This record gives sequence, structure tokens and C-alpha cells, in this order.
Amino acid sequence: MPAVEATTPAIRRTALHPVHCQMGAKMVEFNGWKMPVEYPSAGGIVAEHNAVRTGVGIFDVSHMGDIRLAGPEALAAVQHISMNDASRLAIGQAQYSALLYPEGTFVDDVVVHRLGEDEYLLVINAGTREKGFNWVRDHTRQFNCAVENLSDDFTQIAIQGPKAVHLLQKLTDADLSAVKFYWVTRGTVCGLKNTLIARTGYTGEDGFEIYVPSDEATSARVWSEILEAGKEFGVVPCGLGARNTLRLEAKLPLYGHEISDTINVWEAGLDRFCKMEKPEFIGRAALERAKAEGLKQTLVGLEMIERGIARDGYRVLDDAGGAIGHVTSGSPAPFLKKNIALAYVPTEFASLGRELKVEIRGQGVRAIVVPTPFYKKPKKT
Amino acid sequence: MPYPTDYKYTKEHEWIKANGNNATIGITHHAQESLGDIVFVDLPKVGTEIISGKTFGSVESVKAVSDLYAPVSGTVTELNPDLATAPEQINKDAHSAWMIKITLKKPAELNSLLSAADYEKFVAEEG
Repeated sequence: MPAVEATTPAIRRTALHPVHCQMGAKMVEFNGWKMPVEYPSAGGIVAEHNAVRTGVGIFDVSHMGDIRLAGPEALAAVQHISMNDASRLAIGQAQYSALLYPEGTFVDDVVVHRLGEDEYLLVINAGTREKGFNWVRDHTRQFNCAVENLSDDFTQIAIQGPKAVHLLQKLTDADLSAVKFYWVTRGTVCGLKNTLIARTGYTGEDGFEIYVPSDEATSARVWSEILEAGKEFGVVPCGLGARNTLRLEAKLPLYGHEISDTINVWEAGLDRFCKMEKPEFIGRAALERAKAEGLKQTLVGLEMIERGIARDGYRVLDDAGGAIGHVTSGSPAPFLKKNIALAYVPTEFASLGRELKVEIRGQGVRAIVVPTPFYKKPKKT
Repeated sequence: MPYPTDYKYTKEHEWIKANGNNATIGITHHAQESLGDIVFVDLPKVGTEIISGKTFGSVESVKAVSDLYAPVSGTVTELNPDLATAPEQINKDAHSAWMIKITLKKPAELNSLLSAADYEKFVAEEG
């Protein structure tokens, strides 16, 4: 199979693009994709964000990449490129992981789904579709396993929030109460047989992601049936703006910000998804060395305690005003009603309660290191 | 949304209402619509000199920071106290949610600003 070129493609659109335009969405360019950032008719980012936290919201996430590995050595292939332990996955189970460079830094983060005996689906980021697919294909050649790029085959819709399960149950014959978080099933959804339904998401809430055929007519029909079925739950369409504020409150990393090709697993705080007891995977040796050397910088959560909003790229300062680090993601948090940020700082500044400053338009504005995630969904009692 | 005809406007989407040697400044309905929910306004202190065409503060939505550009030169005499705690007032009614009041340094600068009709045309053409 020829390599997918890693040149800059023209701006791409998802199959739901006409629908977003019809709904009056504000469109932006994100990693080569024309995507909705917010829907004024839904009330905008804050309303969309809070709908997901208290009810249900839906997202077009078709820009994500989908890679299928299938064959007798599919597990061995996944184990080689992924830092988590896929051998723990039962059929129908999924796990968060990452693909690493030999240096122990990130190619991308990924959700690994075990769909069958020898069949795995890797869902990767929009911005790394080509790079990720090429990486997977190039580093699994030695395994008896087919690697397919299915990214264009699916319209992927995320249905997120405490009422997501009630909404989706109206549209499927699959028993969603039997699907635990980070498990998948197949069922008829909106009349489409054998549709993959995953109880996954990027919001810190309960929710699902469904994978339907990517032709425009089917995609538009499914989207509109979801909105119709969700009316009684107050469903709103949500754009990338709310997607970002939701994942930030839940401290979920974003490639190019908290994780990248210059950051290692330990610095990013993703230890629990990295199974060093696996004897081999790309990046393992570098991570072992890095662990022995000790952490120099670490990712912390910041809450602004003086008036001001910390934003991506802003410098973090110590009391004397010296630059010690930088903000990877920063924004108002619509549900928490605070201004929050994630930042890399030297480990000696990383203790909870430590006061730091964020440089905002030339001024040091006070912030405090707080526990993360900033938001955790309430436990069901 | 009709643009008040007794206001003047800039291409950076500010409005100014002059009253003798004083003026009141805010951002337009179009500006607040583009920004989305406004969550933060950063204004200069009373007594600050603002210079025509230069930035005098910023307004922030959830996603972005936007500079505020002085339509004319002058000295800040008052800030809208509501905006520190209720910046969303700008989204509700941008033409009454004023930001700063100033004394004018060069009232003649008002003559080069856009009328309501010119501003509406400008916004329509911007697309």
C-alpha cells in the first residue's frame, strides 16, 4: 500500500459539513479540517459545555483517524507500537494509550479498541491522521497483520453527558446498560445494522461514540435523528470550542499541547497508561533511562487566583518574575467558573498549593497549583 | 440590529458617542457577535492617555483575546464598573454596555470615523 503523503493537504471537510453550515455554526480551521467551533443557535461555547455537564451534547468528530489492525499477529503488532498493555483487553474492551518514538516521546495518543479475536481499531487525532497511519504501517511490517486506514469510511459522532445513554438507547436495539465505560458493542443504530458503539469520549462525562457510514445523506440523517430523539433531554450540537473546555476541565491531554514529540510519558503524567512490565515496545528503553535520571519538568494544574485568563503558550513565572515554564492549555472553565490552565514547570515548583505567576500581557498574575483533574463527574449513587 | 446614528464607528468595531469635549466608547454588536460569550474585559486605569489607533485594552471570549483600539485620542475619566463582574452585558447590549469614558484630546479626529450607515456597509462587505 503506498505511503500516505505527509504534505499539507487542502482544507478537508467532514460529511456533516453541510449540516453544520445549515445550523449556522461558526466554522474554523483545525489541523487541516473545517470544523464547527460553536453553534450560536445552541447558545455558544458556554451553553454547549454546560449542556454536556448536565444533560447531553453531540459532536462531529469525524476528523479523527481510524486504523484497523487485523490478522494472526495483530496483538503483537499493537503491543510493539502502543505503550499500554493490549493483552489485557477482552473482545469489546478499549483502553487509552499512546504511540511513542524511540525517545519515549509522543507520536500521538490513541484509544485502542479490541473488536475481535485478532482485530483492533486505533482511533487517533485529526492532526496526526497521515503521520499516525504511516507510523503504524511502517512499524508493524514484521508482523502477520493487515493495517488499513479506515479514517474516511466513518462519520464519527460523540454523544456525551449524563443523559447520553438515555438518548442513544432510543435509537438502538443494543442494551447500553450492559456496556461499561471503555467497552464497545455493535447494534442497529438509526436503522443501520452492525454499527460500532463505543462508550468512550473526550469530555470527562459518560457518553458514547458511534461510527456510521460516511456518505453525506446517511450522516445527515443520523445527526438529525439524534437531535430529534434528544429534544426531551435538551440536546445541543457542540463544537470544538466546548470540546476543548470540556477536556481541559477533565485534564485530558491534547496533542501538540500536553503531549508532543518533545515530551516524554513521565513528564506528561501518563504513567498509569504505560506498562513497563511489557518486555518490549517502542520507546521503552528511553523511558527506563528517563525514569532513572528523574523528572526535570512536570505537568501541573493551575487555577488563577488574581483576575486574568492564562492561555496556551503564556509563560509561567516564579515569585521573582523569572520564567520557569509555560502554559500548554489555558482557558476559562465554563462549568467550574474559574480560569484554569495546564503548564509544564520544573518539578521543584510542582507541589500542590504552590503559588506561581502567569505572564499575561506583560504582567505576572497570581495562580496556584491545584489537584487535577479540575473536574470529575459525580459518582452515581 | 440598527446601529445608533448618533454614534461613530471604527473598522476595528468600536463605537464612540461624543458629547461636547467628552466621549463614551464601547464595541459594536457585530464585534460581540463575532467574539461569542465575553468572559473578561481588560481596561486602562482612570487617568491613562489613549492614542488614536493604538490598543487601550482587550476583551476576551472563551476562545480568544481581542485588542481594543482607541477610536480617538484622550484621557480616561471613568470605567464601566459592571464589566469587571458582568462582562456578558456586552453580549446582551453592546451599544449600551460602554467600556470607558474619556475627555477628547483632538475632537477633530471624530470626523474621520465612520457613520452608522458607513459602518453597516463595511460590516456587510466584510462578509
